[in-house]
Amino acid sequence: MKLRRVRAIALKELLQTWRDPRSLMMALLVPVMQMLLLGYGVNLDIQHVPVCTLDEEGSFFSQALLKRFQASRYFELVEALKRPGDIAGAMDQGRCRLALVVPADFSRTIAQTSHGTLQAIVDATDDNSAALATAYANAVIAGFSANVQAVAMQRQGLPVQPPALVVQSRVWFNEDLESRNFIIPGVVALVLALVGAQLTSLTIAREWERGTMELLVSTPVTPMELLVGKLAPYFVIGLLDAGICLAFALVWFEVPFRGAFTTLLVTTSLFLVVVLSMGYLVSVTIRSQVGASQIALLLTVMPISLLSGYAFPIDQMPAPIQAITYAIYARYYVTILKAVFLKGSGLAALALPVLALVAYAIALAWLAARAFRKRIE
Amino acid sequence: MNAPAAAEIVVERLQKRFGRFVAVDEVSFEVGRGQILGFLGPNGAGKSTIIRILCGLLRPSAGSVRVDGIDVSRDPEAVRQRIGYMSQKFSLYADLTVAENLRFYGGIYGVRGAALGARLRHALDIAGLAGREQQLAGTLAGGWKQRLALGCAILHAPHILFLDEPTSGVDPLSRRRFWDLIHDLAAGGVSVIVSTHHMDEAEYCNRIALISQGRLIALGSPGELRRHALGGVLMRVEGHPLERLLERLRGFPATRDVAVFGNAVHVLLDAAAADDEAALRAFLAGQGVADVHVDRAEPSLEDVFVQLVGAQPREREAVR
Amino acid sequence: MDAVVRASGLAKRFGGVVAVDGIGFEVSHGEIFGLVGPDGAGKTTLLRMLAGVMAPDAGAASIDGIDVVAAPERLRERISYMPQRFGLYEDLTVDENIRFYAELFEVPPAQRRERAARLLAASAMEPFRRRLAGQLSGGMKQKLGLTCALVHAPRVVLLDEPTTGVDPLSRREFWRILYALRSEGVTLLISTAYLDEAERCDRLALLQDGHLRFCESPAELRARMPGALVEVASTSPREVRAALAPLAGVRSVLLVGDGVHVHVDNAARVPQLEAALSERAIAFDAARVVMPTIEDLFVALLGPGAQAAA
Repeated sequence: MKLRRVRAIALKELLQTWRDPRSLMMALLVPVMQMLLLGYGVNLDIQHVPVCTLDEEGSFFSQALLKRFQASRYFELVEALKRPGDIAGAMDQGRCRLALVVPADFSRTIAQTSHGTLQAIVDATDDNSAALATAYANAVIAGFSANVQAVAMQRQGLPVQPPALVVQSRVWFNEDLESRNFIIPGVVALVLALVGAQLTSLTIAREWERGTMELLVSTPVTPMELLVGKLAPYFVIGLLDAGICLAFALVWFEVPFRGAFTTLLVTTSLFLVVVLSMGYLVSVTIRSQVGASQIALLLTVMPISLLSGYAFPIDQMPAPIQAITYAIYARYYVTILKAVFLKGSGLAALALPVLALVAYAIALAWLAARAFRKRIE
Repeated sequence: MNAPAAAEIVVERLQKRFGRFVAVDEVSFEVGRGQILGFLGPNGAGKSTIIRILCGLLRPSAGSVRVDGIDVSRDPEAVRQRIGYMSQKFSLYADLTVAENLRFYGGIYGVRGAALGARLRHALDIAGLAGREQQLAGTLAGGWKQRLALGCAILHAPHILFLDEPTSGVDPLSRRRFWDLIHDLAAGGVSVIVSTHHMDEAEYCNRIALISQGRLIALGSPGELRRHALGGVLMRVEGHPLERLLERLRGFPATRDVAVFGNAVHVLLDAAAADDEAALRAFLAGQGVADVHVDRAEPSLEDVFVQLVGAQPREREAVR
Repeated sequence: MDAVVRASGLAKRFGGVVAVDGIGFEVSHGEIFGLVGPDGAGKTTLLRMLAGVMAPDAGAASIDGIDVVAAPERLRERISYMPQRFGLYEDLTVDENIRFYAELFEVPPAQRRERAARLLAASAMEPFRRRLAGQLSGGMKQKLGLTCALVHAPRVVLLDEPTTGVDPLSRREFWRILYALRSEGVTLLISTAYLDEAERCDRLALLQDGHLRFCESPAELRARMPGALVEVASTSPREVRAALAPLAGVRSVLLVGDGVHVHVDNAARVPQLEAALSERAIAFDAARVVMPTIEDLFVALLGPGAQAAA
């Protein structure tokens, strides 16, 4: 392998990327856009669920309960309804996703029987957030009712006892339970795969399409020189993109970073070798830019967004799907990213996923180097 | 037959400017009924601009163009109905049959019903494609494709036919057959304009308009251009080694241009030099170059083209 | 003569189509060898096989004694191949393209600069060195292609239809460079679909349907012309044709721009032709024997009714 030829190819590739607005945008703008889009857009938490209230009692007691909801950051009281018939309309028009109905005899029933009933109507179009909203509502009401009980017992002169069994949850690694912290490290994998495979998927196909390949194969350049020369610039661009993502994650979204940058650098480099080789392989095989770019998209975005575990936890998937995720190269990198960001794990702790990435990198680079033949057929 | 009595196309002082760029500069010519005129010129000389104006696709900046007595800028639609257009890159539908292609172009020009049937048969006859109506256009050999393209272009019985490099790269036999067809059509009263920079296509034209940098720089029959336009005498000198011969010939006083051509040197001499052949031999002998073979060469259209176009400053290429 | 390029029995088929069918020839040192034939004759396939970018189905070829099929990589430095489609990077400048190819061939920088300057000067491209290749005219693109192809000083140059789409002026410049190369001892193989260009080659291989029909110099080829070609200038070419076609010894009559070309079996027929026209009172300027063009030869030697001696 002649370094001079590798350098010539790499330089040419960089010049072409620099002069092609589409490639340049892909390389520099996509990471920023993806980061903002996924950082803000894909948020599995629910906050500020719009709530309509129908307070048929209108007592101090009922208002105290509703104030509890107002105080919670999960809910926002948007409208006080007058009639039960208004609920359906408010929900249909999307003015609220939860309706709380306080019956007219609410406080009287509680006073007499020490049991009260409250109706909560949930818009379950999105079952995930409906379940969450219900759970949060239950939590608010439970807190309120514990309060009510304590007050009642004090009134009766009984000592206030803590409940016999209290679950004390302690959340590790993502203490404020922000799903953003969980997702954003994974977005790095998505961005690198998208940009890396897309850019490289064009490089060889472009040479075929523009007729430059015929001349290139008649020069002394070897397939290995071509591979290295073609991938080197995109490797650099990939690292740059990783830097952009990291900066966004840490500075903009304030995702905690507890690991070592070297761990991140080593594993990111491995992942880049995997995606770049894959893009190159696609490009060599498909020979048309449109086709190659679509296949590359198919091989990256779909499996990574669904099966890498970056947003949807793998252990909650059905067993057969879980089995498939082992074949998704990005799953290992996503595992590593989350561990490095949130747990601060080092290479030793991540030996298994790192080894899996190494295996993928070697296999794909080997295939890519072999795939290109200096022939026109 | 070639007497331009009934001029089909009359172009007078045609000018077209794009911004400050003069694409066509005061061009005048006429094409008689049944005449074949060749537009010859380098890329970007203004050939296609003139053709677009003739087709009514572009408005001239100045001057007038009349086709069949109709002013093109007044009534481009009427002119377009009288025009057929065919190019080497003519768009045939490879996955349609011969007949379907013809019918499609008939439809575009609004040829319908009984007229379509008759025209279809006529086009098939002319193109020699009778019996192949059901063959897919994509499976036709090169020469056949060309004739189908021509058939499509003449389906609406145009008075004027534009051909854009119609036979480049085609095998010589097909090319001859094609040009025979064109001559038949011309004999039937169709006026033909051919745009090309292939000299071998130009040879088939009755007259050639040499265009360079938007200007008409020569107009005449191929023979006239070959004989007179050069304004000099072309000599072929064989000898060895060529490089030394070339060097010596540059020093001959009457020499205008020297170039290697195959295993000989072509020298263009000023016509004024009286007995060129003998003078040239004597000169070479005086230079110590013996054992040479000198004779007059028939200038080709390419020689004419290169001399006339090459004499103009090439500022346009630098600007574009 | 020392043959630099040798080919024998080269064959290539694509699916059911035989593109090249058992072609063999030799090209001598410092020769301009033309592969001439219409589109689809097999020129491009032949050149690709010689350039070692396409493996033949059968046959052997060598350049400078190196087996093209077995060791194409050893060939690279010695040859240069310019494909039919403009093979340069349109988004790189003239200089960047030259530099890229020079680097691939490991040309020392000083040598590169010297050669690039010389080649660009010879092709009048000096003022355009910083222009993007995509913004060059067709003729200039081809000249840039040639410059890139020559920057590593190859011994053998293979050019596939380098003058297609190039206007005559640029074509002349192009040939001037080719002749200069020939005088430096470079061997050139050039394919062309323009038969008039074939006249400029030292030797020709006339190809048709993947077969090599004739392989000799233009003069030798011309000597094969059976009979003679007579040009009759006339303003009534159709009548001339009608009068002459039935005559004895007339093989074909072709309408051209200002008259007809009559192919007769013997130059001595000219008086007969003139008599026939005068008899019918058809006006004509002159009837004279002219040199057949390569196209005339192609038709006479390979057209229907010709006994192709292949």
